[in-house]
Amino acid sequence: MSKDNKILVEVRNLKKYFPVTGGLFFNKTKEVKAVDGVSFDIYQKETLGLVGETGCGKTTVGRTMLHLYEPTAGDILFDGVDLNSLGERELRHTRRRMQMIFQDPYASLNPRMTVGSIVGAPLDVHTKQNRKTKQARVQELLDIVGLNPDFVNRYPHEFSGGQRQRIGIARALALNPEFVVCDEPISSLDVSIQAQVVNLLEELQKRLGLTYLFIAHDLSMVRHISDRMAVMYLGKVVELADRDEIFLNSLHPYTQALMSAVPVPDPDLAEKKDRIILDGDIPNPSNPPVGCNFNTRCPVAKEICFTDEPEYREEKENHWVACHFPQKLQS
Amino acid sequence: MNPILEIKNLKTRFYTQDGVVKAVNDVSYTMSSGEILGVVGESGCGKSVHALSMMQLIPDPPGKITNGEIWFDGRDLLTLNEDQMQKVRGRDIAMIFQDPMTSLNPVFTVGFQIVEALLLHNDMTKEEAKERASDLLNLVGIPGAKQRLNDYPHQFSGGMRQRAMIAMGLSCEPRLLIADEPTTALDVTIQAQIIDLVKKLQDELGMAIMWITHDLGVVAELAHTINVMYAGSIIETGKIRNIYKQTRHPYTIGLLGSLPRLDDSPGTELVSIPGLPPDLVALPEGCPFAARCGYRIDQCLTEKPPLVEIDGENHSVACWRWEEIAGMGTK
Repeated sequence: MSKDNKILVEVRNLKKYFPVTGGLFFNKTKEVKAVDGVSFDIYQKETLGLVGETGCGKTTVGRTMLHLYEPTAGDILFDGVDLNSLGERELRHTRRRMQMIFQDPYASLNPRMTVGSIVGAPLDVHTKQNRKTKQARVQELLDIVGLNPDFVNRYPHEFSGGQRQRIGIARALALNPEFVVCDEPISSLDVSIQAQVVNLLEELQKRLGLTYLFIAHDLSMVRHISDRMAVMYLGKVVELADRDEIFLNSLHPYTQALMSAVPVPDPDLAEKKDRIILDGDIPNPSNPPVGCNFNTRCPVAKEICFTDEPEYREEKENHWVACHFPQKLQS
Repeated sequence: MNPILEIKNLKTRFYTQDGVVKAVNDVSYTMSSGEILGVVGESGCGKSVHALSMMQLIPDPPGKITNGEIWFDGRDLLTLNEDQMQKVRGRDIAMIFQDPMTSLNPVFTVGFQIVEALLLHNDMTKEEAKERASDLLNLVGIPGAKQRLNDYPHQFSGGMRQRAMIAMGLSCEPRLLIADEPTTALDVTIQAQIIDLVKKLQDELGMAIMWITHDLGVVAELAHTINVMYAGSIIETGKIRNIYKQTRHPYTIGLLGSLPRLDDSPGTELVSIPGLPPDLVALPEGCPFAARCGYRIDQCLTEKPPLVEIDGENHSVACWRWEEIAGMGTK
């Protein structure tokens, strides 16, 4: 993706802190900095992959971008309009253009609603279609996602995980959105079913001109589907670049360790691979380390890393990184 | 190498309201001492149930082992009574489970739980057991082992809990360690640590390991041999290189094709396996994979293919058309 493409979503220094309450009167005792100063752009019709480990804030970024969480600080510009500046009605109106696909297809579909009413719910909220047009649209949507349109009167429990995820996708597409946040849409599915859903998402993107933010922890799947990739660690984006650039020439030590930790389904390559094994665990986000977030596990940390936070900057063209010593590691 | 475990015609059934679930269907194989065996398959393929059957941990009712022999150390485990089996579990065969949070008791310290296992199976004093427990935590790479013995499970991170589980599994120096999806709940960088640890421990202690997983990447890094399971049967088994490089069963081919690889060229479409695994209550008469298989012929629908050895190197496949598939030059 080049810089001449139109920017659809801009995220500027986004922060989201969650209060931790405690004590007798549930006073706010401290904050968890789930997202702590994240900035990036998403170009029209691209897929931006967002990867990171548990608790790094990737889901919070996705949700805050849709204003499902009120951001603590920072701006989100959707098609040039600052979402913070919108009133409730206008925000709801804008929300038609951005939708979300959730991780857990078991928890995100109401078990008491039929497939027809689940997929049709966004139409009820945002449009004044009569029953007949609505029914026709729902059946069309089911057809688009590869489900039998006659299933409208069935309930979610009658479907498998992969099929439920298709229902979730149909619901997200109901209002012809431009931007879809896919929050780990495949991580609860079996391998052979994952490929079905990913292929569907790619096909829909081509057909409907969608822009995706694809959140996942499975690096090989994100590499498969993304045009550009952002890597998060402890509430911050540590590196962002084109997909191939980040895989071949990543500069942040965390990104490199993360990639080298991905198991390869090929015994020959697995043997040859240089592995960087990090020590220790991810620090507690309510008490992040001083200086660079990653200094507790970084194999190349020097003095400055324990005092100064590295700046997130464009090290090479279109390749952003937050590290004092961006380099290729020797393992 | 001498066999440590020989399973013959194991069948496990669950008698439920909806009918008889045929969870394990005629599984037979042998494991040598010091071997790392990967058991791979999707949810519901019987990989965990077959291991639980070995340990006789199947809840009865509704479960029942209806047929088979499990030879371990010159004895058929299925003929042992509960007391005798109790002595095998933990001492000769140990098991690590997927979720380290639910398999550790939250109200006892980690040290207490390891010491408990040691005292149960060995003739030692409490002091000796404590000493040994701290050695074990040291062995699995938990810093400050002696102090950490007094910690409760919630004070450990996910990776450390899994290390503690491994320490507990190793406490009585079992000859066979069954690990049921031990890294599935962990992040990739932590998973890499655990895989590295298990490899090292296997080198030092020389026990056989059965590693049950759905992740074909993890076993490629670890296992010597692989059993691929589908709908309760082994459909392909062999040395790791044969499975990945001379794949013969259409299901294994599909499973490998549905994984994106880090060295794929951009734009490669994933090969997905159409459809869903069969209902174990109503298994088809012929090959269980027939309904989803692109190589299906009439014979597949009526006769179940037996697992036959194809190359004199213990590479066996249950498919009527493996020879033609080999001829087609699929990798």
